[in-house]
Amino acid sequence: MQRFSAFALLAKSLGGHQGWSRQWRSATPKDSYDVVIVGGGGHGLATAYYLARNHGITNVAVLEKGWLGGGNVARNTTIVRSNYLWDESAALYEHSLKLWEDLSQDLNYNVMLSQRGVLNLAHSLQEVRDSRRRVYANQLNGVDAKWLDRDGVKAFCPLINTDESLRYPVLGATLQRRAGTARHDAVAWGFARAADSRGVDIVENCEVTGFDIQGGRVTGVQTTRGAIRAPKVAIVVAGHGSVMAERAGFRLPLESHPLQALVSEPIKPVLDCVVMSNAVHVYVSQSDKGELVIGAGIDSYNSYAQRGSLPVVTSQLGALIALFPMFSRLKMMRNWGGIVDVSPDASPIIGKTPIDGLYFNGGWGTGGFKATPGSGHIFAHTIAHAAPHPLAAPFNLDRFSTGALVDEHGAAAVAH
Amino acid sequence: MLRIDCPHCGPRDETEFHAGGEAHIARPEKAAELTDAQWADYLFMRSNTKGWFAERWVHAAGCRRWFNVERHTVTHEIRSTYPMAGAPTEPEDGP
Repeated sequence: MQRFSAFALLAKSLGGHQGWSRQWRSATPKDSYDVVIVGGGGHGLATAYYLARNHGITNVAVLEKGWLGGGNVARNTTIVRSNYLWDESAALYEHSLKLWEDLSQDLNYNVMLSQRGVLNLAHSLQEVRDSRRRVYANQLNGVDAKWLDRDGVKAFCPLINTDESLRYPVLGATLQRRAGTARHDAVAWGFARAADSRGVDIVENCEVTGFDIQGGRVTGVQTTRGAIRAPKVAIVVAGHGSVMAERAGFRLPLESHPLQALVSEPIKPVLDCVVMSNAVHVYVSQSDKGELVIGAGIDSYNSYAQRGSLPVVTSQLGALIALFPMFSRLKMMRNWGGIVDVSPDASPIIGKTPIDGLYFNGGWGTGGFKATPGSGHIFAHTIAHAAPHPLAAPFNLDRFSTGALVDEHGAAAVAH
Repeated sequence: MLRIDCPHCGPRDETEFHAGGEAHIARPEKAAELTDAQWADYLFMRSNTKGWFAERWVHAAGCRRWFNVERHTVTHEIRSTYPMAGAPTEPEDGP
């Protein structure tokens, strides 16, 4: 792997930056691997990377149906935070945030983590109470959190309209100072490059069409590029979890929905933090290119179309200009959708499946991006040891039978 | 934007409706006799079909009645709508 450094940059500049090599190989699939990972998104690539880095398992293939960085890893609104209410979630996302903080060094690839702070606004007395409760819960779990009253919000982010005459006035906000954004494409590329350099084969344009199962045990996969044998297969997909599970012969408690986002025309820097509102439902940050990146909730119906309906976009833009009247004259440049697998308790499903040797990591709903390194880290451990990582254990598939749900619906700072 | 043909009111915009998820999931008659796994299958597991999908909608800003819709989850095309107790009409040209 060609290492990036100030010296390398200087040296290559002498050659007009023509001497950079490809960041990862375009691999042709072999007949067999120790582990096959289905899905080359952020979580799949991170899983492969940590399998190689932490567990010495390098005979690994990552099979991607499309191209690398074409799915939800490149379709999200890039927000990274860990201010979840419940202990299990706070532990998982805080683990991830700690990995984020060292990720650029670890991968030798700048993922442009910007810990600019995330505000979660409260607009009603009940929301104030719930938000303050979440702040206390976060603090008990070692997650940095702070409650700001209306004046505190105005001081931290002067752009927000805190006028009391608003239909849903801003009464305060929680602030996670260490939260922020990261460059989503760089996350995919950085993990791909680092996994590839440790021997992982990344195979694009390779869809898994079926699973070979003998006596309740997985032995390999069928793909559009031939059959591949593997004693361990890990499904790491966002948006097609149920489709994959059906091909393997089990059911999941997931529903797939479109989640839309949009960006404005680029403007000079005006917004230096992430602002999220649950009640009026919008979240917004400004990218390094100057575009406002805007998102909100899912379209309510099931879909695999990677697009949603206009009323959802209209609603979030209405919320945006109520909170930021000065944005009302901005033009929107692009909007798009990704398909997210939403589980009944808005928490992911990580761990074993009813089929021996077949592992599943999905159902991240609307919040998978922030978990990318943590998810890969604990899932790699789960695969390597054939037993759940302690942080992954509460998120097992059996919880829907035992009733031990991790109910983050409405609790996790945003509605899902 | 979907345009949904309410069986009771006729075609209206999507914003008048709420989606209610997969249709035709019958509550088990003897719930107390089920195993935890069977109950979980009824309560939580979903087919989440990619393709033609029977789902429930409610005309929340209209007649406020529930009904069923056959909709394609990739193209969003709606093939039929029918009352709660009804059954989808079989398409002439296959699925």
